[in-house]
Amino acid sequence: MAEPRRGSFPSIYERSRPGRRAARPPRHDEPDLAALLGEDQLRDDAPRLPEVSELDLVRHFTQLAHRQFSIDGNVYPLGSCTMKYNPKVHEDAARLFQDLHPYQAPETAQGTLQLLFELQRDLGALTGMDAVSLQPAAGAHGELTGILMIRAYHEARGEGEQRKVVIVPDGAHGTNPATASMAGYSVVEVESDARGEVDLEAFRRALGPEVAAVMLTNPNTVGVFESRILEIAGLAHEAGAQLYYDGANLNAIVGRVRPGDMGFDVVHLNLHKTFTTPHGGGGPGTGPIGVKAHLADFLPVPLVVRQDGGYGLSEDLPHSIGRMRSFYGNVGNLVRAYAYIRTLGLEGLRRVSGHAVLNANYLRVKMQRAGFRIPYQRLNMHEFVAQPPEGVHTLDVAKALLDYGMHPMTVYFPLIVKEAMMVEPTETESLETLDAYAEALGEVLERAAAEPGFLAGAPYDTPVRRLDEVRAARQPVLRFPFADEAG
Amino acid sequence: MPYLPHSPDDVRRALETIGVDSIDALFDELPASLRNPDIELPPAMDETALMAHLRALAASDVTGGPTFLGGGMRRHFIPAVTPHLALQSEFVTAYTPYQPEVAQGVLQATFEFQTMMAELTGLDVSNASMYDGATAVAEAALLAVRHTRRDAVLVSRGVHPETRAVLATYLRAQGIAIQTVDLQDGRTPVPAGPDGAACVIAQQPNHLGSLEDMATLGEAAHEGGGLLVAVVDPLSLAVLKPPGAYGADVAVGDGQTLGNPTFFGGPSFGFMVVRQELLRQLPGRLVGQTADVEGRRAYVLTLQAREQHIRRGKAKSNICSNHQLTALMATVNMAALGPQGLREMAAGSVRQAHRLADRLRAEGARLALDAPFFNEFTLSTRQPGSVVRSALAARGVHAGVPVGSEYGLGHAVLLAATELVTERDMDALLGALRAGGELEAAEVRHG
Repeated sequence: MAEPRRGSFPSIYERSRPGRRAARPPRHDEPDLAALLGEDQLRDDAPRLPEVSELDLVRHFTQLAHRQFSIDGNVYPLGSCTMKYNPKVHEDAARLFQDLHPYQAPETAQGTLQLLFELQRDLGALTGMDAVSLQPAAGAHGELTGILMIRAYHEARGEGEQRKVVIVPDGAHGTNPATASMAGYSVVEVESDARGEVDLEAFRRALGPEVAAVMLTNPNTVGVFESRILEIAGLAHEAGAQLYYDGANLNAIVGRVRPGDMGFDVVHLNLHKTFTTPHGGGGPGTGPIGVKAHLADFLPVPLVVRQDGGYGLSEDLPHSIGRMRSFYGNVGNLVRAYAYIRTLGLEGLRRVSGHAVLNANYLRVKMQRAGFRIPYQRLNMHEFVAQPPEGVHTLDVAKALLDYGMHPMTVYFPLIVKEAMMVEPTETESLETLDAYAEALGEVLERAAAEPGFLAGAPYDTPVRRLDEVRAARQPVLRFPFADEAG
Repeated sequence: MPYLPHSPDDVRRALETIGVDSIDALFDELPASLRNPDIELPPAMDETALMAHLRALAASDVTGGPTFLGGGMRRHFIPAVTPHLALQSEFVTAYTPYQPEVAQGVLQATFEFQTMMAELTGLDVSNASMYDGATAVAEAALLAVRHTRRDAVLVSRGVHPETRAVLATYLRAQGIAIQTVDLQDGRTPVPAGPDGAACVIAQQPNHLGSLEDMATLGEAAHEGGGLLVAVVDPLSLAVLKPPGAYGADVAVGDGQTLGNPTFFGGPSFGFMVVRQELLRQLPGRLVGQTADVEGRRAYVLTLQAREQHIRRGKAKSNICSNHQLTALMATVNMAALGPQGLREMAAGSVRQAHRLADRLRAEGARLALDAPFFNEFTLSTRQPGSVVRSALAARGVHAGVPVGSEYGLGHAVLLAATELVTERDMDALLGALRAGGELEAAEVRHG
């Protein structure tokens, strides 16, 4: 973060001057739009878009970039988000495929289709699933795809009316219950036990003939592996429910144990987590799903298939749930994920999960030594949950970290732990970085003890300081207030 | 190993700190019988081999050359400055801006995106983006269902077939009925009996390229007590009447044409802009303006009580990650072009599409429809659309999105032209059509 500025940073609209522009499209004779399109089809006034020179444009967005933390600039150990390094070569790789049009003749897209076909195969192998769709545009979109398939499966077996409930653990990501609702299901939450795992007795009680699916993340959102997963899978299947794997935490186990082998029927993967496609400040993600053979008929169309000695797109899946999006998937990200798998191979991916878990356990020990509480006293997987000492607020610790140029962990999630700090350092951080992180956290606690009130004022050295979030919500200003709209 | 920093010494030091003997010991809780399965993956490649492999794959794709492909995505002018600015690594490798003090870059850019989308559409509130145009339409229908508490929607057949397919997938799960309104002469007639429908969904320009009478459709929707959901190409709004001006309650669409490459279909982004009254029903992220403790203007994610991470099962949608970076591409691109540049692109593509249509007609080709069109139109062909497309591709021209049989137009393809199309590109297309036998004897076709 270069040069934090005093005063308010200008809006692109405040840099705007009539008649300026940065870019010129090819010139054509002005058509008679009223004659061609009809007078009543035309807009009366031009939209108020910024008018800036190219250099002003460059300065604006370059300075905005400097007002932004990122993996490339800052350690960023957000729990459940897997903020690992995004290799630069992936950006070059993706650009090789950016000019293809989705509707160009398939025989002119054989390279891309082959890549997609091989990625379907490799993701299937890595998850232990029989068939894969690359369509979903994000993790939550993958969840919806998977749950709709489960719904279609129950309907095909005549149990659609009977099965109306989805079970999620109380520590689940918010997308799980939201997805179940969106798919027309009601949600039952089961509590976790003292070791951070699904409470087996509560789970047994929740199961019944009305349950359509059980959604689990494993390792779960407190960073603990559900050690009784085989029993859970057995119970779910005995009750006729399908077991759904939320792949948000796959980075912990990739290459070491497969969701398919654990008994899961459907899995979605967050390619922007385990397979390191960039988060982009909030997407585009990519959430492919894999399923066992008994669900393959319900996959969304189209699928990338081998045909006529080449590759093609098939819509021929009579029981398909239909389409989940336009076209075929977020191909730009699929190329990046493909490049990642081809770079690391199985051995490399196993080392990824190994070092991710190693780093998380290392940082847990370091944070505990620095004075943080660890609610689940056991080895964790790729992430762990911590709490600040009694009397110190997680939010304040998070804000104080910003002054060190370090991004905080995920805060106040999972909801089942008070003042939760969920930390996921990932495998790409060095021990020195983790040491520095723990050291900074230790200093923050010392400062909190020595100087009451200091933390509540943090951060001090960021481009802006704490925000009035209540005002933002009570009097929403959701677009630039032009002068003639003021007051 | 690429991307992994630890030396063997580092690993030893970490293991000692943790108090275990080996990395494998960290995985003791995994079921022993399932551990370290034999997984068949291709062998690892170094960077040079990887790029050579990918270049070889890319070489079996055919790109470049004249293109007239449309049907939801089109190749438009993207100035060099757009990707250079939008794809700065701080934007590319940031997470969702949950810590606003260090995320003003993404937050302010998103706020500016929301402003520009509100301006383009003539509506009040834009969210931070959706996955793509099709899912945005499905979410708009669900919004209308929540707002009106009705359980049916009307959709014009002029809405892109893939969009309608996605709509069907989303709505079926919630028991919402869909009634499809057939086109007449390529345009949507005023639907009979929109009473009871949560919304009328129509696309402008529609899938066949024709311009709809959106104002009349809006009146019909409102008379029936429903909303008008306008599915629009945002670039066209530099010229065309904005949805807010013809009474649309929701404008949705795909943002690819605002500055993203076509990427074989994704990622682009979807957008959703609504009237103020619908704000609380809006799915997805929203950035609002506020101030910090020193009174400096600042931006923050707001009204999050609509969203899944707060409301869980009662959220307006399950959407979490949206398509921030591709929306940023559009933001930078709109700022680069300004109102004048965007207008020139839209008008230029109208000009080139009509020029192409004129040249085709002069060669005896027949447009399938008489309705006014924007920058894409439907051409009647002798052979099935996919055959025509392949024949053109064999002659180095990307053109001819097949038109589905649901439109009852016989064999037909979509042809789009943008401001990037040149007279020589048109020569190539006409030559390829002629060589494929599509232009000769055009007069006797359908005779």
